[in-house]
Amino acid sequence: MESGQLFNLVTLGYFIAMVLFITYLATRSSKVALAAHLVSLVGVIMHTLAIGMRWYESYQMPGGVGHAPLSNLYESVVFFAWTILVIYLLLDIKYKQRSVGAFVIPFAFFAMTWAQLKLNTSIEPLVPALQSNWLTYHVITCFLGYAAFAVACGVSIMYLIKIGKEEKSDGSPIGGILGIFPSVRILDEINYSAIMIGFPLLTIGIVTGAAWANYAWGTYWSWDPKETWSLIVWFVYAAFLHARFTRGWVGRRAAWLSIIGFAATIFCYLGVNLVLSGLHSYGG
Amino acid sequence: MTIKKTSSTDRVWDFFCSLKLTIFTLLFLAITSIIGTIIQQDGSPEEYIREYGRANYELFKKLQFTDMYHSWWFVGLLGLFSVNLICCSIKNFPRAWKFVVNPMLVAGEGTFKNSTNKAEFVSDESLESLTPRISEALKNSFTKPVLTEADGKLNLFAQKGIYSRFGAYMTHLSILVIMLGAIIGTVWGYKAYVNIVEGTEINQVWPRSGNQPIDLGFSVRCDKFEVEYYPGTQRPKEFRSLLTVTENGKVVIDKQKVIVNKPLSYKGITFYQSSYGPAGNGSFEIEVTDNKGGDKMTVNPIQGQKVPLPNGFSFSVDDFTPSYDSYGPAAKLHVDAPDGKHRTPFVILQKFPQFDVRRGGDFSFALKGYKQPQYTGLQVAKDPGVWVVWFGSFLMVFGSMSAFFFSHRRVWIRLSQENGKTRIQMAASAHRNQPAFALKFEDLKKQIEDTIENKA
Ligand code: HEM
Repeated sequence: MESGQLFNLVTLGYFIAMVLFITYLATRSSKVALAAHLVSLVGVIMHTLAIGMRWYESYQMPGGVGHAPLSNLYESVVFFAWTILVIYLLLDIKYKQRSVGAFVIPFAFFAMTWAQLKLNTSIEPLVPALQSNWLTYHVITCFLGYAAFAVACGVSIMYLIKIGKEEKSDGSPIGGILGIFPSVRILDEINYSAIMIGFPLLTIGIVTGAAWANYAWGTYWSWDPKETWSLIVWFVYAAFLHARFTRGWVGRRAAWLSIIGFAATIFCYLGVNLVLSGLHSYGG
Repeated sequence: MTIKKTSSTDRVWDFFCSLKLTIFTLLFLAITSIIGTIIQQDGSPEEYIREYGRANYELFKKLQFTDMYHSWWFVGLLGLFSVNLICCSIKNFPRAWKFVVNPMLVAGEGTFKNSTNKAEFVSDESLESLTPRISEALKNSFTKPVLTEADGKLNLFAQKGIYSRFGAYMTHLSILVIMLGAIIGTVWGYKAYVNIVEGTEINQVWPRSGNQPIDLGFSVRCDKFEVEYYPGTQRPKEFRSLLTVTENGKVVIDKQKVIVNKPLSYKGITFYQSSYGPAGNGSFEIEVTDNKGGDKMTVNPIQGQKVPLPNGFSFSVDDFTPSYDSYGPAAKLHVDAPDGKHRTPFVILQKFPQFDVRRGGDFSFALKGYKQPQYTGLQVAKDPGVWVVWFGSFLMVFGSMSAFFFSHRRVWIRLSQENGKTRIQMAASAHRNQPAFALKFEDLKKQIEDTIENKA
């Protein structure tokens, strides 16, 4: 089997997990929730194997092409999907709120689908600028941070849906799909926890990126669009965290800020390459 | 609450300390930073006028949008940000510092009554025999307590993670440290570039802003420059310069390989491989055979150079191509007769050295090689602030982790004698992440409870 086929299976796995999680919302059957959880676990294990396999395959190619699979848009999208699953499953250990999966797994599923169908999957040799261990440290930390923000965004969407309904129903318990959502207090807390995990990771990601730029080009910061956007994302989440310390900005406003932060993250990741231009001509 | 009259200086002070200002500054920085990612920075006036029109360009100039990250208003915003940080730290630091110099060794009745984490036991054992065992249990399951006697009651106090109270300050300080590093780099460092032709050396570099060259105080020679391609492709795999540094006539660094991601540093000045290109005229290596006598000679002319041959003949190379259809490198030559007459030009091929023999002139020529000298393009940077920036970054990562993931946890135990029995009261708090601490406290409570015998 080749890594490409395994990645297709992973995509299928996430599709099944997504459908199961949504079925869980509708049926409230804890068996379905467990199945969804197990499928996600199997998916992420296969995903790990597939990434390892692609890594190995690159070393089997002629011409000394071998490198960690983190070097172009396709590989980064695949890795992003993997980090989303990892962060989600780690947070699940703590909060055990299975319905959250219905709002997080779709991010991973759509990322994988886009990567498998639309992006150039061939393994390509590294241009000299990318031949550095800093690439690995930088990409891993940035994407773990992005993934935490993705989870926070998913949870924030749940929060906004639920709080809207709750306020309309004047305190009487709400049934249906929303009844199975975690309480708004828990959703708010997961949002906060995920951002607390993501923020230091993003900080390390920016620092390793700066260290690398300094090593390759002699400037740790040159205000290129990608760098600037990562700083914008950092500012937004720093504002989120401080707004929270005052206790004023919990709940709805925190949820919105989290969604705005993730929109900025996605722009930083994809928009900058697709819309703007700069040094990080990474994939495009 | 009593309403205190605040003076205007107090109000200014509070403004600069406020978290509202922080949030405003952070979001405002985020929004304005977008401008510079959309409008190209440091472009030429013509480019801006072409893209946005003259009127908009004038406006951009006024608002300094063409170099906005160095504009007065953006730098001012960063300054406001720093003032905010400094003021808030001055205001709040003493409160955090109190936990260090003045720990609450003795908890009041209120703490034991109102804490979320609390427990109480009564034992028949005497206070004297219980205390060492409880102290030991606390030491084993949490950390070593401090004993204080007050009002005839024994107080145990143990704490962990007090440093996490300083995580936020460390993070805030780190931002100032990073800014300081950036300022040091701007004032005492420079960014420059230099192109060195293979085989030559330089002792000056050209700053990216300003046009006076900077003297290095030593020389850098490029001994060799090479590009390696991925097999069968035109994709560069590596381009490398061999650089030699000499100072006062002595070689201090000999033929060090410099590639992208592997710079050379000497005396705080670092050279980064950044570009390359052809430099000047390439030279040919041509073997000439005198068909009469059979003598051979090798010459190395550049294109267009007239090369004398025996008996008043001469030749020159008119043209060169690295690939002549599928025949590889080829050169076009012509011979001048002793009477100055131009003879018909002809082509020689590097891959076929015998090819020209068949032409049957006075001389036959073979192309042995063509060497195009390259220059290596190096970025040159001197940044004495960079270590300050890395130190600041370390503080930031370490500080934000300790602010978010650790908490200051405290445990108080009070033992008092009442009617021949001993009353043991416990309370504990964590300044962050209470749910996790609640679990820890359950465990702690059990440990303490287990050491108490003769429970009443
Ligand atoms: C990595 C970035 C940052 C982290 C992790 C961080 C962390 C914190 C934390 C944990 C607090 C609460 C302090 C406490 O409750 O004792 C705080 C407060 C505060 N932060 Fe930050 N901070 C960061 C960046 C900034 C920046 C860039 C500013 C810019 C001006 C800032 C200004 C403030 C202010 C004014 C307070 C209020 C202090 C107080 O009332 O105690 N922080 N920060």
